[in-house]
Amino acid sequence: MATEFHNLQELRHSASLANKVFIQRDYTDGTICKFQTKFPSELDSRIERTLFEDTVKMLNNYYAEAEKIGGQSYLEGCLACLTVYLIFLCIETRYEKVLKKISWYIQEQNEKVYAPRGLLITDPIERGMRVIEISVYEDHGSSGSSSGSSTTSSSGR
Amino acid sequence: MKNCEYRQIDLRALRTSTTRTSTNKTLQRVRRKWEVFPGKNRFYCDGRIMLARQCGVLPLTIVLIFMTSGLFFRFDCPFLVHHLTVFIPVIGGVLFLFVVITLLQTSLTDPGILPRALPDEAADIEKQIDNSRSSTYRPPPRTKEILINDQVVKLKYCFTCKMFRPPRTSHCSLCDNCVERFDHHCPWVGNCVGKRNYRFFYAFIVSLSFLTSFIFGCVITHLTLRSQRVNGIIQAIKESPASVVELVICFFSIWSILGLSGFHTYLVASNLTTNEDIKGSWSSKRGEESGNPYTYNNIFTNCCVVLCGPMQPSLIDRRGFLPPDDAPPIVTSDTELPHFMAKKDTNMCTQGTKELLESVAHSAVIQSTCTPGTPKTTAVTQESLPSTFSITVSPSSKSPSAGCSIDVPCSQRGNKQAALHNHKTMLRVSSPPFSLGHSPIILSDAPDMGFIPLN
Repeated sequence: MATEFHNLQELRHSASLANKVFIQRDYTDGTICKFQTKFPSELDSRIERTLFEDTVKMLNNYYAEAEKIGGQSYLEGCLACLTVYLIFLCIETRYEKVLKKISWYIQEQNEKVYAPRGLLITDPIERGMRVIEISVYEDHGSSGSSSGSSTTSSSGR
Repeated sequence: MKNCEYRQIDLRALRTSTTRTSTNKTLQRVRRKWEVFPGKNRFYCDGRIMLARQCGVLPLTIVLIFMTSGLFFRFDCPFLVHHLTVFIPVIGGVLFLFVVITLLQTSLTDPGILPRALPDEAADIEKQIDNSRSSTYRPPPRTKEILINDQVVKLKYCFTCKMFRPPRTSHCSLCDNCVERFDHHCPWVGNCVGKRNYRFFYAFIVSLSFLTSFIFGCVITHLTLRSQRVNGIIQAIKESPASVVELVICFFSIWSILGLSGFHTYLVASNLTTNEDIKGSWSSKRGEESGNPYTYNNIFTNCCVVLCGPMQPSLIDRRGFLPPDDAPPIVTSDTELPHFMAKKDTNMCTQGTKELLESVAHSAVIQSTCTPGTPKTTAVTQESLPSTFSITVSPSSKSPSAGCSIDVPCSQRGNKQAALHNHKTMLRVSSPPFSLGHSPIILSDAPDMGFIPLN
């Protein structure tokens, strides 16, 4: 992990933000939070399709878990109703707990998968849950995926 | 080379403006995001509670509720306790508490405001729109059609927030925000009613209808019992004039409140919003069968989902700190630089990816691809932007995709003050948490801390 950090750190000094790719929301299932798994063409040379799709699918699963309507959410809702919703001031809701898990997951993915390829995922919550923003970095003085070349040797896992 | 120049300038600026930094320390360091929020909202308690700028008749609502309940407890309850039961003020008290708490929660909670799109995001969307645009002289209306549960839903582009509104989202003109699952803007509670505070609103109107009915019933009982004792309703009224006031208020309130509760119960049961119902979005028009794609076709499920569904946290992150790049204009970018750079240099090794991500995302680097359709920078209006906004421009030689000319407006207060202090006006922009209200600023890529002076 430290190796990748330092790789990213070196990249950071020598690399510049080349582009930002935005993964939009997928509303086909209603208003629930779900992102499109369509692989953007800008990332074609940067990351394997399966890795990207796995990340987005995992995020979609997390969001589905957060917004799941079931026993626990009803219990939370009824308890909140009985306490005149004052309980929201005291406890952390299930949604917030899952959001923390998502942040941790994104951080992990960045460290292991995306940073070695010169990419960085922004947590959607910081973009109002509208998009997954992927920042694409390019090395100065070289075109294309030079960032990938120096670190593809490292397993990235 | 440029970086070296900058370091020198930074040190000089740091020396000259150290005093200013120290005096404005708290102002610079702890600016929170609510202070630069572009919508028409008011924030209190350091961003913990928020209110629409136009709070409508919320004070009147509060006065009416307090006055009626106060008169009830003062003038009717003693009689009723003596002649009936002690539970009357207890029940009244509980209902009153419910009403007040839910009212405050409805008014002071974020209704589900969507933060505005950041400049690069807005530029990306513009690019997609331009790509899909046909070559007609007049641009087509910015809509996108999607399929939700086999129902065609049109997503509209919000020109203020620079994004395609998610389904069921609407832009409130009074609050100047896009609100998720927008129901309506209620002047009585002085706030929009949307996804996050609909359950509070519903609880408020239901408990208020119970309270008004309860007070109405108790007052009628009181006057009836009293009139029996004093042999005349007129005498009873003379003895307890406050009851008449309560009676009048409750009588007129009950019709509207009960009606509203009934209407919203219908909306909850069919998973509709007031906005959709009024517009008739899902009613069958012209013989077409169009049903609500969001309903679960089960009253109980709809109620549970709307009222007991998961509670999404606020997306606008009011109390989050602004990145140190967004400094007040007095200091401009000079004094911020060493702070930011120092932070970067010392913390890079120990930074987690998330912090790195934040520093990257909020750094002075903005990249947007230049397309023919991308609008140039225009004068930014003052009303929605803080004066902390400053713009970074960099030479376009290094960036592969930079090609557009940069037109930086000098209309901001910050710029003028900066010009006073420096020979050259140096402006720096970072990707602010909320995008500009009126146009995205398109800039070419900057290397780390690359700046050029502007006149």
